[in-house]
Amino acid sequence: MREAALNPPPRRHGRLVVRLLLIAAAFFAFGFALVPLYDTLCRAVGFNGKTLKDAIETKDIPPSAVNYARSLGVQFTATLMPGLPWEIRPLEPSIELHPGELRTTRFLVRNLSDKTIVGQAVPSVSPTVAARHFRKLDCFCFKQQTLAPGESREMALTFVIDGDIGEEVSELTLAYAFFPAPNPN
Amino acid sequence: MNTASHALDHHDGHHPTGLLRWLTTTNHKDIGTMYLTFSLLMFFVGGAMILGVRAELFQPGLQLMKPEFFNQLIGVHALVMIFAALMPAATGFANWMIPLMIGAPDMALPRLNNWGFWLLPPAALLLTMPFFLALFGIGDGAVATGWTLYAPLSVQGGIGVDFAIFSIHILGISSIMGSINIIATILNMRAPGMTLMKMPLFCWGWLVTAVLLIITLPVLAGGVTMLLTDRHFGTHFFNAAGGGDPILFQHLFWFFGHPEVYILLLPVWGLMPHVLSTFTRKPVYGHDAQVYSFIAIGVLGLIVWAHHFLTSGLPIPALLYFMYSTMSISLPLAVLFFCWIATMWRGAMSFETPMLFALGFIVLFGIAGLTGLVLADVAADAQYHHSYFVVAHFHYALFAGGIMGVMTGVYYWLPKWTGHMYSEKLGKLHFWLTVISFNFTFMPQFFLGLAGMPRRIPDYALQFAEFNAISTVGAFALGLSQLIFAYNVWRCVKGGDKATDRVWEGTAGLEWELSSPPPHHSWETQPVIKTS
Repeated sequence: MREAALNPPPRRHGRLVVRLLLIAAAFFAFGFALVPLYDTLCRAVGFNGKTLKDAIETKDIPPSAVNYARSLGVQFTATLMPGLPWEIRPLEPSIELHPGELRTTRFLVRNLSDKTIVGQAVPSVSPTVAARHFRKLDCFCFKQQTLAPGESREMALTFVIDGDIGEEVSELTLAYAFFPAPNPN
Repeated sequence: MNTASHALDHHDGHHPTGLLRWLTTTNHKDIGTMYLTFSLLMFFVGGAMILGVRAELFQPGLQLMKPEFFNQLIGVHALVMIFAALMPAATGFANWMIPLMIGAPDMALPRLNNWGFWLLPPAALLLTMPFFLALFGIGDGAVATGWTLYAPLSVQGGIGVDFAIFSIHILGISSIMGSINIIATILNMRAPGMTLMKMPLFCWGWLVTAVLLIITLPVLAGGVTMLLTDRHFGTHFFNAAGGGDPILFQHLFWFFGHPEVYILLLPVWGLMPHVLSTFTRKPVYGHDAQVYSFIAIGVLGLIVWAHHFLTSGLPIPALLYFMYSTMSISLPLAVLFFCWIATMWRGAMSFETPMLFALGFIVLFGIAGLTGLVLADVAADAQYHHSYFVVAHFHYALFAGGIMGVMTGVYYWLPKWTGHMYSEKLGKLHFWLTVISFNFTFMPQFFLGLAGMPRRIPDYALQFAEFNAISTVGAFALGLSQLIFAYNVWRCVKGGDKATDRVWEGTAGLEWELSSPPPHHSWETQPVIKTS
């Protein structure tokens, strides 16, 4: 009787233990599943000012979509992250445009070092609700940029702001952070 | 161990003594003792670290250490106190008391139990080793990111970060094994007639804690694993340039980090009603209401994590959600406070040391709860975030709530564990010195935070000098007072007045029907709970 109480047969707790281990494993996996989930969620609702990843085509923005009755102010800023000895500035710090209007703007980037360096720009839009209405046709942020020693280059961004952007937004800012490319191609 | 319990051990065949006994033991009481001893030791290690910090902050300017070392001390202090002091103390309680309370002969998985404990010392060693390696010119010291390990700082940090990551992995495995063991014990080994709703509240507090640990610790383990691969294997989970997002780390960390607060506090909330009922000689008020509150707090605790980074640029709807959900936790918590007070209401109260600590806990933990409501307010948090107000708030929660709660339990159960009464005089002295010096240490920090002093900075503006000086004096008094505690415990283990089986006049529950100390193997024949 006492032996049985002290040394319960090993199977007795086995099923419960396996289930609890499975729960722990499932939540370990959940942590990793959060990576794509978080990215998708951020792009869908514009958390962190993440803009949509995919470029759109010119045919997606018919000229008829331009809303001339409304004007928006757009500001451009750019910062360099540590480890990137470059210089960057928007050639047009701020512009006025109509929703639905196709625009191109340029940033001047210069490599101040005597080495060839690869950089990657990461955009962010404020207010965050405007992020998913900021649609890019072409952007230097779509791929890594390589600058030779001392080279300077004008980098272009072609974009349109969706006509259905909320009335509460009258001014938005697109900020680029230029990082040293982690894995230069 | 006395000969009487040796006689009961015949079924083990042979019985190692000395160090081998502790290395190989599968007895829940031995393992509980090891957890508690380890916890007390690490409590002093973590405390010594923060006294270094407070000494540096005694005066403005840098006197004693470089900022890098200061940063290492604050982060390792937190990790040691949380993972190596508070959590093992609660697990030690669980090991000692849950089998006694539910009438089980031991924990469900005794070998896993041994392994769970013996993972802790190497993990603590890993965490603190970089301090010593740096003395020999290896690496640049321990993890210097604060305990939150935020990316990108932790991606750039030195080898201390790697040591911390592996330490967290091991501590996490240990905690998950402990939790599985506790859940299996509680669900499978209760005495006949003890339904879940009749189970003592301490066991309930631990059941919810164990579930929270199993859910949240793997997410932290995943997060720090991503950190590790970002650091060494070219992934970009938290690197914006590679398509990752540093804010994601904050989500992963606090998905664990916020429930962790309740993981530390639920065992204490569970033990409070036992103490309050004992020293008021009244039954626990609202047993079921407290059970439901534990569960509600556990569930709500899982869905409020982003209030730790309300200033990181979350959109307004998310801010509102996290604000209101956080504030809603105060409802079940208020139920607990109500039940504690109602248990005492018109009771025949006496003020032995555990009761003093319990009362101190209720008052000071109440301050933690109320200041937490202020911090949860999105508009107010913009001012308080990352200030000393936060430091004061969570020390009211985790020192007054966590550590004083653990001390309540130690004084309450020590006579049961050792068979001796501790010195009531020293216990009361310890309580009053602790509660006074605690308030001297942390009350000024609320005002420092309101005045704008940021946390985690080794220097500060001149206008903060007086409050910092008071806080440092308080901290040293608080630290030294704990030596009385260690001495009192030591003294009680060695000898003292014989404790009766019931120890206290107003005790109720199976654990008090056993002798003090309980035999090495208890409840070999399961007790039966009468259903009335």
